[in-house]
Amino acid sequence: MSGAKVRVGQVMGRSDPSLPVKAVCEVLARRRQGAYWMLSISAPEIADRAEPGQFVNVAVEARGALLRRPFSIARVSKQGPFAGTLDVAFDAHGPGTEWLTTLEPHDVLDVVGPLGNPFPLPKRKVPCLLVGGGYGTAPLFFLADRLVRDGQRVDLIVGAASQARLLDVIEAKRSSASVTFTTEDGSYGERGRVTDVLEEVANRCGSGVVYACGPNPMLRAVSEKCVELELPVQVAVEEHMACGVGVCWTCVVPIRAKDGAVRMKRSCIDGPVFNGAKVAWEESRYRSGPAVPDEEPDEDEAPGRLTDADVWGEA
Amino acid sequence: MSPDVRRVDPVAAAEVVVEGAIPVSEVDLAVSVGKLRLASPVLTASGCFASGAEIDRFHDISDIGAVVVKSVTVEPREGLPTPRMAETPSGMLNAIGLQNPGIDAWLARDLPYLQGRGAATVVSVAGKTVEEFRDVARKLRRAGGVVALEVNLSCPNVEHRGLVFATDPRQAAEVIAAVKREADVPVLAKLTSDVTDVVTVATAVVEAGADGLTLINTVLGMAIDAETGRPRLSNTYGGLSGPAIKPIALRNVHQVHAALPDVPIIGCGGARSATDVVEFLRVGASAVQIGTATFVDPFVHRTVTDDLRRWLAQRGITSPEELRGQVEAW
Repeated sequence: MSGAKVRVGQVMGRSDPSLPVKAVCEVLARRRQGAYWMLSISAPEIADRAEPGQFVNVAVEARGALLRRPFSIARVSKQGPFAGTLDVAFDAHGPGTEWLTTLEPHDVLDVVGPLGNPFPLPKRKVPCLLVGGGYGTAPLFFLADRLVRDGQRVDLIVGAASQARLLDVIEAKRSSASVTFTTEDGSYGERGRVTDVLEEVANRCGSGVVYACGPNPMLRAVSEKCVELELPVQVAVEEHMACGVGVCWTCVVPIRAKDGAVRMKRSCIDGPVFNGAKVAWEESRYRSGPAVPDEEPDEDEAPGRLTDADVWGEA
Repeated sequence: MSPDVRRVDPVAAAEVVVEGAIPVSEVDLAVSVGKLRLASPVLTASGCFASGAEIDRFHDISDIGAVVVKSVTVEPREGLPTPRMAETPSGMLNAIGLQNPGIDAWLARDLPYLQGRGAATVVSVAGKTVEEFRDVARKLRRAGGVVALEVNLSCPNVEHRGLVFATDPRQAAEVIAAVKREADVPVLAKLTSDVTDVVTVATAVVEAGADGLTLINTVLGMAIDAETGRPRLSNTYGGLSGPAIKPIALRNVHQVHAALPDVPIIGCGGARSATDVVEFLRVGASAVQIGTATFVDPFVHRTVTDDLRRWLAQRGITSPEELRGQVEAW
């Protein structure tokens, strides 16, 4: 925008580490990951401030494209030889993301972040079940690392339409105590959807909380299953957003508050992580989501199920 | 608020010494929009800056000429279902539907924040009836920090076209007269380009008492998915904004300034750089709102303000007011 030439290393923002900045970053690597792409960028200020569940908003230079593209942060390296780097995963499905696939190492990217609220972490020891769909699995790798570092048991369910759309099978195995794959075409792991195996995995692993990220219909199905199983569930939603910083009001999600009223919350600044049990999935466009498997609830409920208050300390 | 981190490349930021240039410190960006005195001609655009707190996470919003807040109505509004946004070449469509907390909640929560930050605040006022506009304006009397009201006569995302007051000179004038009777600060009328003759509407609202005009609102548009046949907005139609509409905005400002040279105009539509601001000033604007560009760059107001100061200094111009209406005829 400014007449000045954009150079790597420019950073604008507040010094408060809880706030996002804008930084001109260097691309370190771009690689194929099955059907998806992975970008590693050097962004020390953003990497330092990032927490699992947050996203970055990346300026693209595709012809006619105006807006930034939001990507959840798949991993950050805060220490070691790759300190100050972060990874994002994406699907090339439009001119903006197509442009990103043409980047080479040392190219520059204008990045705003970290944005949004991170996944709340359990205040006590509890086995955590992470459920990812497609490239929506990306932020769960970052979350898994954090949970494991905090001494939590992490189990993963990774689902997709087909094997090529399972994000990083090796990484999934590395970052968890157990991983269950599902594909709709049966080309890898169990045939079916993540919700087909969720109950069995949760019981087997003694899961006390569920975290999910993926397409909204999947998040709806996972949330409804978790409500049925009385498992606290946090979901990171994906909504079309123009600004990513809370000013445009396009990325709203209907959230049911304690008073029972549904309010439109901005996924960029009030989310993208929401309590899945509080999203009013039946409202608005979620009405067109897929039918939820209508299974009988488990009769002998596992003892010591945690409530939201137990896990997050909510009133 | 914490201080800024701002690491800028010294080579890129270096001053270019040009003949006839003056020091940047000699440029005074202050402008008058009629009776309204602003520290800078660079303003935010309504609906593109939420309540102010969101962007203050990045930089001091008190440095901006004025913060024009998202339109406020009498009652809270939940707005339209998603999808509310569609990107189009060099622009975007939106159909938010005036989601806002209502004037009471705005006064209790958002205004104290803006007052605390020392931001000059322009409140965008919206409503479905003349009475609703009047009631919001009444509640804004003696609201500290509010320097002007901007009457949103032109939001395209309303139930029917009859609610776009700015498409009818008589209705637009009625709203302005009602707001003007209540207001204790200057009243600006925000008009739409979606009319046969913008000058007719501009004349009507000025005769009804408007102290100035904001030109223009978004332009009514549509996008549809070729494969599915589904409109890309849940509301089917939405308001087009961004660089795509800048030529339309410039034309409107120029037409109205030519017809009503004494009426202060705030330009709005697609501006995102210092030269865009200069273009709006030249065609007759006294100040310029930057809206959609905020979505792309949360620092845009600060960057444009700095660049504008430099642009003027390099040309030996001490005040942006010198440029107002400076169009060289062919």
